Amino acid sequence: MTATTIVELPRPRGDSYLTDGTTLSSWLLTHDHKRIAILYCLSITVFFFIGGAAAALIRLNLITPRGLLLDAETYNRIFTLHGVVMVWLFLVPSIPTTFGNFLLPLMLGAKDLAFPRINLLSWYLFVLSGVIVLAGLIGGSVDTGWTFYEPLSSGYASGALVVVVGGIFVNGFSSILTGLNFVVTIHRLRAPGLTWYRLPIFCWSTYATSVILMLATPVLAVTLLLVAAEHLWGVGVFDPAHGGDPLLFQHMFWFYSHPAVYIMILPGMGVVSEIVPAFARKPLFGYHFVAWSSVAIAVIGFLVWGHHMFVAGESIYAALVFSFLSFIVAVPSAIKVFNWLATLHKGSISFEAPMLYALGFILLFTIGGLTGLFLATLAFDEHVTATYFVVAHFHYIMVGGMVSAYFAALHYWWPKVTGRLYPESWARFAAILIFFGFNLTFFPQFILGYLGMPRRYATYPPEFQVWNVFSSAGASILAAAYVLPLFYLTWSLFRGERAPGNPWGATGLEWQSASPPPTDNFERTPRVTRPPYDYPEPAA
Amino acid sequence: MNAALPFLPPSASTIAGEFNILFAGLLAITCAVLGLVVVLMFRFCAHYRRNNEAADRGHQTEKSWHWEVGWTAASFVVFLGLYAWGANIYLREHHPPPDAQDIYVVGKQWMWKIEHPGGQREIDALHVALNRPVRLVMTSQDVIHGFFVPAFRLKQDVLPGRYVTLWFDPDRPGRYALYCSQFCGTAHAEMGGEVTVMAPGDFQQWLAANASDATLSGDGAVLFHKTGCDGCHGAGARVAAPKLAGLYGGPVALRDGGSAIADEDFIRGAILEPAEHQAAGYEPVMPSFAGQLDEEQVVALVAYIKSLGSAPQ
Repeated sequence: MTATTIVELPRPRGDSYLTDGTTLSSWLLTHDHKRIAILYCLSITVFFFIGGAAAALIRLNLITPRGLLLDAETYNRIFTLHGVVMVWLFLVPSIPTTFGNFLLPLMLGAKDLAFPRINLLSWYLFVLSGVIVLAGLIGGSVDTGWTFYEPLSSGYASGALVVVVGGIFVNGFSSILTGLNFVVTIHRLRAPGLTWYRLPIFCWSTYATSVILMLATPVLAVTLLLVAAEHLWGVGVFDPAHGGDPLLFQHMFWFYSHPAVYIMILPGMGVVSEIVPAFARKPLFGYHFVAWSSVAIAVIGFLVWGHHMFVAGESIYAALVFSFLSFIVAVPSAIKVFNWLATLHKGSISFEAPMLYALGFILLFTIGGLTGLFLATLAFDEHVTATYFVVAHFHYIMVGGMVSAYFAALHYWWPKVTGRLYPESWARFAAILIFFGFNLTFFPQFILGYLGMPRRYATYPPEFQVWNVFSSAGASILAAAYVLPLFYLTWSLFRGERAPGNPWGATGLEWQSASPPPTDNFERTPRVTRPPYDYPEPAA
Repeated sequence: MNAALPFLPPSASTIAGEFNILFAGLLAITCAVLGLVVVLMFRFCAHYRRNNEAADRGHQTEKSWHWEVGWTAASFVVFLGLYAWGANIYLREHHPPPDAQDIYVVGKQWMWKIEHPGGQREIDALHVALNRPVRLVMTSQDVIHGFFVPAFRLKQDVLPGRYVTLWFDPDRPGRYALYCSQFCGTAHAEMGGEVTVMAPGDFQQWLAANASDATLSGDGAVLFHKTGCDGCHGAGARVAAPKLAGLYGGPVALRDGGSAIADEDFIRGAILEPAEHQAAGYEPVMPSFAGQLDEEQVVALVAYIKSLGSAPQ
């Protein structure tokens, strides 16, 4: 082992965290960050497939201009469900609560997070919020879109709105507590010698994400409470009929929801920054720049919310400032992409599934980022905002980027989490299928948006049909590609080959522990003396 | 858009031409950057694949800061250029020429109501003359709607409780789709219509054929009397109320010490929420007409007050 630590850890005697207690209560009352990560993983997988089923219905309906099977009201409810479930019950928690939870203590050389009980509480709050939100969405009839724009939501939506909004409010506490737990853990529980600049980039990006979770989520909570108060008691805040200001709602909503975009993408960038060096056998190029670009994104990300409102009626001077800042926030993202590419240069690259997902991430994120520049350009935004161009853009970031990164992480750390190897050929096949299915689904939507098809349309003019058919065809491939890992990963759980402690020959403290790790992670607290990604340079 | 695989929307306004050049520029830069990323990625991946023993992997770049500064600066400069280009067009999109014709738009679930100054009314349709700049003064009666004409490359959210404006100079005759771009409830997708750009002669004929009994400001004048506005603001009124002739477009000193420009939104606000639009030097005695007038009636009143003359420029 040439990597980060000088401590050669023997495989600990006794059982792993997976076998340390087999009763249901040993899982539901666990304080082990690794088990809580598994609990999260199972919950968000359920939510992912519920949100995905809604997406499938949307794409099915849009095959024909008049709508294949849903009436307008049902369609509106379905896309609301898709948005709410995917944003708050999958994307925001996805990588932080699963891999953040599982890996952070391992990467830091710690036994657990700083507050293990609060960690478990976060999961219970999360599940509770999921149940409330789904009860409101499926049982009630909320058709406002995930953005709850005013005065549509408080003045015209059904009573279930309050249930859904309440569920998201509860969800916020889970987010805040998770963020708090991570920040304290990174500050306080680093192993001896593990200075900030020896932290893996995944820790930096989790840190940046956590800060956003703590600072932005309370604003969402306040906003949603005001929506509920207006809906229930007619308190005039956002609805002009009660003396309110609908633009105020949009300012408050996007003050959370734009930083939330970075909550969704920063962890993915962290994952890719781990995987690219591991499969190129080379230190990450420009470590300091990649690390600080996460922090820069987190900070500047708080100052760009107004770019969602260029045509909403905000002043043109505000629009000029928000457009400028939106270009600025793209700079650190560009820095990351160039550094990942430079890491490949003179590497010794192999192409297992995690690397394929990571390379897919870089390409799709680059397309998503570049089309973000289109949208930051004021005059261009005026034509394509609120059209399918925007839908395509954020799906390139959220699905092409974040979901690819999630799958990359799932495969990369699968041996560590489960102690089993996944079937490589199937995994490569799924990775390639996802890449092509994704592009076929979402690239036509750029063209649709440019042609002028507005989003959230249950029916549409016939000239848009051909691109919608392409998109729906892609979605069927994508759906198959997303279901595939469910099968081969489940198979691997029972039949997969046993994994060694460090199957990829990667650096990072998590690979120094056994696969799967023991409950306490390390027998002795490791001591860190080397920089991260300390892959040896081959002889010239 | 009749092609089997449509790629480009029709262009029918002066701004659309500039927009198309901007789009070409953005597309060129994007393709260049994406091409660079793809080429580098595939080249590195092919050449430095693990089983390529022949690849020279020595002398890895140690000092990376000049690369970092290089691509950071390059990104920044390109972004700055795009920003300025887009902002320049955007600013012109938001400064209508003084001779633009005002047309009033009221959005409601789920239709667009259009009122021409001559009193012509349309629903889900807008007729305009070729090469004659038009300024839309828009409001909503319920939720937020979005007025979107792809052929003009323009879009504006239409809010309840205030007026927003949108202007364009149509430069190509034809019929173009009008959509609602802001989700507004169940029949959002059905809320749309058509903008027809006509040769000036044809447009005059259309106006004549669709003329109503009174012009919009004429309707407003009747309403001005019926609602009792002229009791205070009329010529022979004894109450000390602000004179409305020559008010439009000029500055108004406010009772709270501030000042405002008497545009359509101000006049609308002064009718519906007089307490918050109180002119300096007058007693705050005007009652609110909120709830008594619908948005179309307010539009008629605003058009009437504008017809009394603008402030000298």
